[in-house]
Amino acid sequence: MNQQDVLNQVQEIFQDQLDDESIILTNESTANDVDDWDSLTHIMLVVAIEKQFKIKFTSMEILSWRNVGEMIDNILNKLN
Amino acid sequence: MEISTFKELKKNLKKELNELPIIKVALLGDNTTQFLATAIQGIAVERGYKIELFEADFNQVERQFLDPTSELYSFNAEYVIVFQSTHKLLSNYNKKTIEDQKYIAEERLDFIKMISNSTDCNLIYFNYPEIEDSVFGSYANKVESSFTYQIRKLNFELMNLSQELHNLFICDIAALQNKLGRDMMFDSSVYVTTEMLLSIESLPYVASRTMDIICAALGKFKKCLILDLDNTMWGGIIGDDGLENIQIGHHLGIGKAFTEFQQWAKKLKNRGIILAVCSKNNEDTAKEPFEKHPEMVLKLDDISVFVANWENKADNIKNIQSILNIGFDSMVFLDDNPFERSIVRENVQGITVPELPEDPSAYLEYLYGLNLFETLSYSNADADRTKQYQVEAKRVTLQKNFTNESEFLESLDMFSVVKPFDKFDTPRVSQLTQRSNQFNLRTIRYTEADIKNISNSTKYQSFSFTLSDKFGDNGLICVIILEKKSDNSIFIDTWLMSCRVLKRGMEHFTLNVIVNYAKENGFKKVVGEYIATPKNKMVENHYQNLGFTTLNEEGKNFYELKINNYSKKESFIKKQNKK
Repeated sequence: MNQQDVLNQVQEIFQDQLDDESIILTNESTANDVDDWDSLTHIMLVVAIEKQFKIKFTSMEILSWRNVGEMIDNILNKLN
Repeated sequence: MEISTFKELKKNLKKELNELPIIKVALLGDNTTQFLATAIQGIAVERGYKIELFEADFNQVERQFLDPTSELYSFNAEYVIVFQSTHKLLSNYNKKTIEDQKYIAEERLDFIKMISNSTDCNLIYFNYPEIEDSVFGSYANKVESSFTYQIRKLNFELMNLSQELHNLFICDIAALQNKLGRDMMFDSSVYVTTEMLLSIESLPYVASRTMDIICAALGKFKKCLILDLDNTMWGGIIGDDGLENIQIGHHLGIGKAFTEFQQWAKKLKNRGIILAVCSKNNEDTAKEPFEKHPEMVLKLDDISVFVANWENKADNIKNIQSILNIGFDSMVFLDDNPFERSIVRENVQGITVPELPEDPSAYLEYLYGLNLFETLSYSNADADRTKQYQVEAKRVTLQKNFTNESEFLESLDMFSVVKPFDKFDTPRVSQLTQRSNQFNLRTIRYTEADIKNISNSTKYQSFSFTLSDKFGDNGLICVIILEKKSDNSIFIDTWLMSCRVLKRGMEHFTLNVIVNYAKENGFKKVVGEYIATPKNKMVENHYQNLGFTTLNEEGKNFYELKINNYSKKESFIKKQNKK
């Protein structure tokens, strides 16, 4: 799986969890760019991503990402 | 019967909700409760309610209760949910000296007592799922200052406290953790990143458990369990296998699974849940195990209505309903056969039909998890309910021998004890206000605390009525609350009656009592109101039928009766002053 595959899947999870099909993510996207993405919905997204990719983030990791790209790098790291 | 996910609950809130009745609920916690609030609101939609919510800012439990000008009080909630977490209690405990750690449970109990006393409103308090901090291991059981000791003491004493304080109801999330497991209930990374103490996966369960209590308070709870027989009540098919070969008891096959299942049903019956049987069988064959099998826990005596024939089960259940006179939404139907379940589910609106697991040994644990029989009250009268329904069946048979209704009523030798509410009947009176849906003119629900306040207030006059006849005592079956509106007018705040005693002339007897009281105390008129609900159409014309005149008041149904013109109604019930 490459960066783009993961990004596509993560985008679907965002659309599904936040119930908004218009969400388009890029590596540079941050919480400021997506309506309803706040510290609480963030945890819904994290739990859904963990379930989808069958991985588990540490608490430090969850708090460390500055944008979607860093989160995807983290997912890819765990998958490989 | 599958529970919705948090995401689905969240979606429920986007539906059109304006038609739903509104409940005002406040939620206070010492942790992040936004998601819990969303989950509770989402479950409420599934149960047919819209929750108008006040969510206090983080960690404001104390301030909101102690400040009389707080948002909590101005919001005027019907239910206040308080979620103080084990986790926060543990961090508080960690900071104390060993000497003070011994008092952590008592301190918290004092606090709960204080907040309960500071409000009249119903308090739904989450108890404490255990955290085992493993400082002492199992030896913690011997150490009073251990956290394990203190948390168990706290949960135990909370039960005692809730018996003492009538507005305090415990939401047993500790029981929920026992069922689901702590690793499912608590997610450490969710906690450290958000201060939220419930995992997203567990939120629907906690919310559902909370709404169970609110629904029970609103009169939505289960009263009757309808059971299939073959492979539900015993293993095998009585018609094919015969009496000796059905599996029940400890000798044959998986018989003990069915024994334990029957023991559960029997406990429900003893608690006041009506048991009925609905089975595709010849009646004689179906009854044989109840009469002859030594290992059967349930006997025919335990069953209020027994239906065994070859008709379809949906029609049979409608028949059971017409005998018991309770709503379909208060019935649960258990059947091992998915085909029968689906027929009943599709044709009997409102009935609950759990998807029993395929393996009978898993029935009980599955049913435990559904928490189907939440209640808000329990009184000794509940235990006699089965007998009362059986007696009702006998009365119906007698009535067939009389062509004249008055003669029939007279032959019943009816007596009624009439008195203001007292401390002995408070639980039953409160319970009737919560249970009665059909013969209930205004359907105002009262807790035990409310009933106490009413009987202590000079603004109100209350009456409870019992009814007995030659077949037996029905117990307390009618409740009247009169509000003194002015020197000459008295208002019927509550008039409700158990449907067990319909068509006995109890309405006439009750009105005679009301008018007599009004007359003796100098009132000139009695005013009544009918508030329509989906269930009380039966009493739509109640006041007109009793000779009240209709008052037109901006779309509301008010009726008045002038005392002067009243002529005593004919009634075959005799008044008994003291028992």
